[in-house]
Amino acid sequence: MLRYIYSDELHTFPRLADTMFRDRAEQFATRLGWAVTVDDQGHERDAYDDLNPLYVIWQKTDGTHGGSMRFLPTTGRTMVNDHFVALTEGVEIRSPLIWECTRFCLARGAEARVAGALMVACGDIMRGFSLTHLVGVFDARMVRIYKRIGAEPDVLGSAGDGRDRVSVGLWSYAAANRDKVYARADLDPIVADAWFAAAFGRPVVAEERKCA
Amino acid sequence: MVMTDGLDGLLARLESADRLDQLQDIVANLRDHYGVSHAIYHWVSADGQQYGCGTYSREWCIRYVVEDYLRVDPVVLGCFQRFHPVDWKALDWSSKAARTFLADAEAHGVGNQGFSVPVRGPGGQFALFSVSHACEDDEWMAFTEANQRDLILIAHYFNQQALQLARGRAPEPAKPLSPREGDALTFLAMGYGRGQVAEMLKISEHTLRAYIESARFKLGAMNTIHAVAKALADGRIVVGGARREAIGAWPGLDPADVEPDAKDKSARRATAAN
Repeated sequence: MLRYIYSDELHTFPRLADTMFRDRAEQFATRLGWAVTVDDQGHERDAYDDLNPLYVIWQKTDGTHGGSMRFLPTTGRTMVNDHFVALTEGVEIRSPLIWECTRFCLARGAEARVAGALMVACGDIMRGFSLTHLVGVFDARMVRIYKRIGAEPDVLGSAGDGRDRVSVGLWSYAAANRDKVYARADLDPIVADAWFAAAFGRPVVAEERKCA
Repeated sequence: MVMTDGLDGLLARLESADRLDQLQDIVANLRDHYGVSHAIYHWVSADGQQYGCGTYSREWCIRYVVEDYLRVDPVVLGCFQRFHPVDWKALDWSSKAARTFLADAEAHGVGNQGFSVPVRGPGGQFALFSVSHACEDDEWMAFTEANQRDLILIAHYFNQQALQLARGRAPEPAKPLSPREGDALTFLAMGYGRGQVAEMLKISEHTLRAYIESARFKLGAMNTIHAVAKALADGRIVVGGARREAIGAWPGLDPADVEPDAKDKSARRATAAN
């Protein structure tokens, strides 16, 4: 299932949190060879994990991490504005209606639907909180994955080559192929909405609007 | 709930406010604008400094402090360190202390509904902008859904202004627009549609929208038209020419023509030519 968890609530999901940070180490340090920090617990963490971000996590039936990403408001410190302004033509992307989405991670051997489910969550967050965009940093391999899911970002700029290639991209809700994303996620919108409502105590959109 | 017009006007007053006590009038006007029972702005800085303004009764404000409700208020506890807007119904009201607080709040006319936008400021500063009302759940949900976007923007603009005034210093220099943001607004001001502007800047419409969104926040504007108008008024873009620092030329325009003292210069040139 999809879980929406702020960093300060992660301690209530110790197994989920532990496996998420381990899977991040495995993806970003081991597989991609990025210059990230892995601590003595085998967790990949950076400074942005200390800003109480919101994590969206696919929790497997055994309680472990299947995939995740991390959100922060662009009105505060973000990875894109701190490190990648050169890739956005000098534009510091800051708006209460744009959140940053980083550390898109898939556990090794994750089911094909997990990436799709995470993109469903992106759509629900944008819709539920009236966001216009998400801005993100991702590696070259993700471009293909996003395309396959039906949620291709607009790439603002890229740097590096091969597996070191890093891009900054923008997602807007309107641009996503919703049916395709739900199909890839093998997910009924009603179920995804229920997960959102369970986390935030409110529906993605009011009932009347859904029927309209 | 009836809404009067004039959100842009209220924001203009917010921006030009030069004393904290003026925020009190503006928050009351916002309450009237939305036709809700109350509107409240409340901030807590990392070192525990507090500032608030809002339309709650004096009795309730005193009671809140005397009873030390800050420690039990589920709105403050539930929104602290968050950044998504929160309907008060979603909060945890299950403890005895929270239920007592709720009954007391309702008795003091706070209302049975509420909606808060948390704002994360610099250096651990935290603020909440809230509206509260007495009505049925359906009506409240329809209201918050229709106004969520604007309430998010208002919350952030309110916090920016409050921070600036509380520091008791001259307004910070306006954040500069990046060249791309300036280009986007300039072309919009010239009357080009988004599609055309995106094409001219060789970016997608989504990217253009994000650039406009970013520029709008820097300009403290509620919508694109307002952002363009403000950029023009502030002299950040010049229509009929190009953004101020533009490199390159526009037909019939000398770079000097778009300088603030363009009139003097063209007069001088005219004199020199004679």
